[in-house]
Amino acid sequence: MSLYTPAASGADARRAVLSTSGRSKEQTPQSVLFIVLLWLSLLIGFVTLAVLLVDTFADGLSRLDGRLFTGYPSSRAEEAGARPAILGSLWVVGTTAVLAVPLGVAAAVHLEEFADRKRWWNRLVEINISNLSAVPAIIYGMLALGALALIGVQQKNIVIGGAIALAMLILPVIIISTREAVRAVPRELRDGSLAIGATPLQTTWRITLPAALPGIATGTILGLSRALGEAAPLLLLGGLVFLRFDPNGMLSQFTTMPIQIFSWTAQPQAEFHTLAAGASMLLMALVLLMNGAAIYIRNRYQKRW
Amino acid sequence: MNFPQRTAAAVGAAGLALSLAACGGGQQAADDGGLSGTIAVDGSSTVAPLTSAAATQFADVEPGVQVTVATSGTGGGFKAFCAGETDISDASRPIKDEEIAACEEAGTEYTEIIIANDGLSVVVNPENDWAQCLTVEQLGTIWAPEAEGKVMSWKDVDPSFPDEPLDLYGAGTDSGTFDYFTEAINGEEGATRADYTPTEDDNVTVQGVQGSPGALGYFGLSYAEENPDAVKILDIDGGDGCVTPSSETVQDGTYTPLGRPLFIYVNNASYADNEALQTFVDFYLENEASIAEEALFIGLTEEQATTARTELDSLKG
Repeated sequence: MSLYTPAASGADARRAVLSTSGRSKEQTPQSVLFIVLLWLSLLIGFVTLAVLLVDTFADGLSRLDGRLFTGYPSSRAEEAGARPAILGSLWVVGTTAVLAVPLGVAAAVHLEEFADRKRWWNRLVEINISNLSAVPAIIYGMLALGALALIGVQQKNIVIGGAIALAMLILPVIIISTREAVRAVPRELRDGSLAIGATPLQTTWRITLPAALPGIATGTILGLSRALGEAAPLLLLGGLVFLRFDPNGMLSQFTTMPIQIFSWTAQPQAEFHTLAAGASMLLMALVLLMNGAAIYIRNRYQKRW
Repeated sequence: MNFPQRTAAAVGAAGLALSLAACGGGQQAADDGGLSGTIAVDGSSTVAPLTSAAATQFADVEPGVQVTVATSGTGGGFKAFCAGETDISDASRPIKDEEIAACEEAGTEYTEIIIANDGLSVVVNPENDWAQCLTVEQLGTIWAPEAEGKVMSWKDVDPSFPDEPLDLYGAGTDSGTFDYFTEAINGEEGATRADYTPTEDDNVTVQGVQGSPGALGYFGLSYAEENPDAVKILDIDGGDGCVTPSSETVQDGTYTPLGRPLFIYVNNASYADNEALQTFVDFYLENEASIAEEALFIGLTEEQATTARTELDSLKG
């Protein structure tokens, strides 16, 4: 969540810490010990992460080649690649975006700009959205499984099924970040628009939403990068399959990168574990790229009033 | 102000990237006059690597056929198979009476084909220097439901063993491996102590056994042979002396009771209608030896291969 806070808050916080330590003139042994402990905590987390990354990278480097991108899963490790998984991930995350972004943004704008907060049902919806963002991913998988079973879909490992589960998973993230972005648009902009005769709808569409776009984009990309790395809801929908074809539509069977990695680590041959490490690096690079894009858009376009 | 335009450009770029992503998957249909069609396989996670290997080799011949191999376990696979959702069910044990009833009720007719052999190996930590060979009775002592909370140390299995705590790893209850092991060792399918680490992922068992000196686990022979330094494979005495598990002893039937045949079940109606399925099943059986070798299983004996061909012929009817 820290990524949502404005960029300046890091510097602010540092200044705040400096001024605080400036005020307390005595450096008691306790306070020094506390600082050391804090640094140690940071170090442990950081070193663990670094070791894991370097280890995975060293394992997977030999298979971080063209075949990883172009090859199909195979029982021969040297020929196997993640092409259907990469395309499957793109299909599912793309469909998730199509489902979740308009719905999430519309819901947030309604709650922030139009809903009457005095009404108890609006407050109930707000509380529930906050709670939903803490629901474990697998629950959304069960929900999507139940929904597909209710409408009588036999084959549950289909692009649209996975996208529904992931869209529900990231909707709360998109709604909450969009609401924060909309709330940050100053009252005066809206008042000015209304004062020159624009309707509330025109004001929202032409003034508030464009001003809030960087925040919305940031939240959306972070939500989608979470969807990209998620495996649990898809596993529940029967996503752990061996297939050697590209997904080609909403009703196509698919596999995604996290599931492909999971399936390769379960193979007995060590060469598949190397392949899994290579695919992990690729997935990590994709997620980092998306998060980086989110941070860039936020820093580049965020307007402070 | 110029900033909404810039924002719109950025968001537009993000949107474009996503729509490009959504269009990325073009179809790879075989336009070379070969077969096309889909084949849905589900079932045993033990047999899945075998069928995946078959699908891999088959793709060299018929790249237009889309084979999907899912892993719901033998029991889960039969549920989908009898409901008519899959064309082939992978099974690491023969179909059970209640599953036959479910298939009959749903009107699904099927044919059983024996496709390979598998040995279950019992493994211990490499540091374990006291156990070389266990009898089926000793395994029963360890795994019986009554042993729960009582047989907690190797000393409880045989007084000559040291007082090292037993740390048990086994198969999850939805797997055919679980059904097979419990029946072979405890005499009744599903009968087992509950205080062990169950997993469908044999690598978890390998790692668990590797990390604990008193550990004991069981899983497919291929996994044990792929991890020769991590675990020590025990000989099993089924009543006629200690036998080391190997391709030969599994095939000739001396590695009892933990050698087992693997099956595929084919939906008769799908086989009649779906040319891709016919070609795949015929290919699977024809190349069973090389497929078994590639997937680290043990091929069929002459006798079994004859049985399998008879079964396939009955399917062609």
